[in-house]
Amino acid sequence: MRLKSPGLANKAMSHSTQQGERGFAASPILSALRKRLPWFHGDTAIAFLVLIPSIVAVAIFIYGFILWTGYVSLVKWDTAIEDYTFVGLRNWIQLFTMERFHWDLRSLVLYALGFMSQCIIFGFLIAVLLDQKIKGEALFRTIVIFPFAVSSVVTGVAWRWLMQPTTGINLLLQKIGFENFYFEWNANPKWGILAISVAAAWQFTGYIMALYLAALRGIPDELREAARVDGAGTWGLYRRIIIPLLRPVTFTAVVLTGMGSIRVFDLVTILRGPAFTTDTLAFHMYQSIFGLYRFSLAAAVGFFMVFLSSFLVAPYLHSMNLEAEQ
Amino acid sequence: MKTRQLLSRSAIYFFLIVFCLFYLLPFYVMFITGLKPYEDLNVTRMWDLPKTVSLDGIREAWNRVAPNFRNSIVITIPAAIISSFIGSINGYIFAKWRFPGSNTLFILFLVGMFLPYQGILVPLVRTLQAVGLYGKTLGLIMVHCIFGIPITALLFRSYYAGIPDELVDAGKIDGCGFFGIYRWILLPISMPSFAVVLLWQFTNIWNDFLIGLVVLSSPRLAPVNVAVQNIAGSWSVEWNVQMSAALIAALPTIVVYLALGKLFMRGLLAGSLKG
Repeated sequence: MRLKSPGLANKAMSHSTQQGERGFAASPILSALRKRLPWFHGDTAIAFLVLIPSIVAVAIFIYGFILWTGYVSLVKWDTAIEDYTFVGLRNWIQLFTMERFHWDLRSLVLYALGFMSQCIIFGFLIAVLLDQKIKGEALFRTIVIFPFAVSSVVTGVAWRWLMQPTTGINLLLQKIGFENFYFEWNANPKWGILAISVAAAWQFTGYIMALYLAALRGIPDELREAARVDGAGTWGLYRRIIIPLLRPVTFTAVVLTGMGSIRVFDLVTILRGPAFTTDTLAFHMYQSIFGLYRFSLAAAVGFFMVFLSSFLVAPYLHSMNLEAEQ
Repeated sequence: MKTRQLLSRSAIYFFLIVFCLFYLLPFYVMFITGLKPYEDLNVTRMWDLPKTVSLDGIREAWNRVAPNFRNSIVITIPAAIISSFIGSINGYIFAKWRFPGSNTLFILFLVGMFLPYQGILVPLVRTLQAVGLYGKTLGLIMVHCIFGIPITALLFRSYYAGIPDELVDAGKIDGCGFFGIYRWILLPISMPSFAVVLLWQFTNIWNDFLIGLVVLSSPRLAPVNVAVQNIAGSWSVEWNVQMSAALIAALPTIVVYLALGKLFMRGLLAGSLKG
C-alpha cells in the first residue's frame, strides 16, 4: 500500500467523503433518500446498487415464484391452457384425498428414514474409522466421496443394473454363500422405495462423512487425553464427549439429508417400481405438469414441498444467523 | 495388550476396505459392462470380467449422447463462470460493505439454496415462455446463474470474511472506491476461492437433471444427463450401451474430482457449515 503518513491519509479520507457527499447532494432524489437512510451514501450506496440486480432476481425467482405457485394452487388451471379462475381450496382437498398422495407421504417417511439413517450412521462410522491415524487415509477418503462426484442419473443407471432381480446384488450374494437370497429391490411393491434410498445413500454418504471427518479433526487431542486420564474407555469417550461435541454436524446432516428426502426425483425417474409403490412428491409433481397438464394440482404439490422444507430450513438458517452475528 | 491392539487395527482396516469395496462396486460393474460386447451380456456373468473387450458399447453410446455432451459443455462452462463472478461481487458486498439489514438480506438469499425447485417450476416455465427463453440453451444458462446466486454468495462471503478489513481500509485510504478495492485488492487474491466455486458450480450444473429436463427437454438440445436418463428409461436391454453412456456423462466430473479433490472437499465443507 502506498501509505505515506497517517496525517495525509486522514486528510485524503475526509476529502474523498466530502466529495462523495457533495456529489450526491446535487440530486434531490438522492438527498431525500440520504435523509431517510443515513448509511446510503458514497461507496456503501454503490455497493447496494450493485447488489440490486441479484436482490431483484432472488425476490422474483425465489420468493415471487413461491407465492405465485401458492396462488396457482388455488385456481382452476388443469389443462394446458392457463386458467386463473379462483377455486379456493378445491385442489388442496383433492390432493389430500388422493390415493397417490398417500403413497407419496408413505414413500417420504420410508425414504427419509432409510436415507437419513444410512447416511448419518455410515457417514459417522467411516469418519471415525478414518480418524484413527490410518495409512492410506487419503485414498480411502477419495473412494468414499467418489460417488458424490457423479450425478444421480448415473447413480440410478448403475443401480438399476445392480438391482435387476436375476443378476446384480442378488447374484453376488448368492455367489458369496447366501444361496437362497432373493429380493426384488426397487421392484418390490412394499419396500421398493427403501431400495431407492440405498442407491441415494451410496451417493451421499461420502458428503456426510466429509462433514464428520472435518469436525473430528477439529476436536483437540488434549480433550481425548483428558478423558482417557479420567478413565473413559473408547466407548465412553465417544458417547460422552465426541458425539455430543459433533451435535452441530449431526444437525447439518439431518437438514441436508432431510431436504434430499423431500425432493428426491432423479433416482425415482430411473428406479421406479410398479404403479405408485415408489412414487414421490417430486415425481408426482412432475407428472402432473408434463403428463397431465394439471398445473394447479402440481403447484399444490410443489407448495407442499416448500412447506415441508421450511421446517428444516428455518432452524438451520436461524443457527447460521446466530453464527454470523458472533 | 499388543495382540489386542493389532486385532483392533486389523478390524479398522478390514471395515474400511469393505466400505470402499461397496463404494467402488457400481463403478466396477459400469466399467466392465460397458466394455462387453452385446453377445457377452449374460445375467449370470454380470460380475465376470469381459471375455473379449469390445468398444462397441462405448462407440454406440457416444453416437447417441455426443450432441448432448456438447450441449452440456455449452451450458455448464458459461453458467459456472458467470455465476462465479456474480457470487464474487455479492460475496464481496456481503462481507465488506455491511449496511443495515445486510445480514438479514444474506439469510434471505440463502433460502434459495435449500429450496425444492418443485416449488417454483410452474412460474419458471411460464416466465421463460413469456420472454421466449423456454426450450433455449440461453434460458437454461440464465436459470442456472440465478439459482447459483445463493450458494456462490455464501462461498465467496466466507472467503472474503477471512480477509482482514485493514486491507480494505488501506485501499480506501489510497483513494480506491468500491470497484477499485475489488479490482486491485480482493480480485487478485480471490483465485483460490474462484477455483473452489467454479468447481462446485461446474459439478452441480453438469450433474443437474431436473432443471435441464424441464427447461430444455428437446432431445437435440438436452444436456447429457437428460439424454442418459432417456436411454435408461427406454427399457432397452443393451446394458453395455447404458453403462457406457452413464460413464461418458460422469467422466468430466470424475476427472475434475480426481484432479482437484482438495478444492472439491473445500467446497463440500464450506457449502454446508460456514455461516
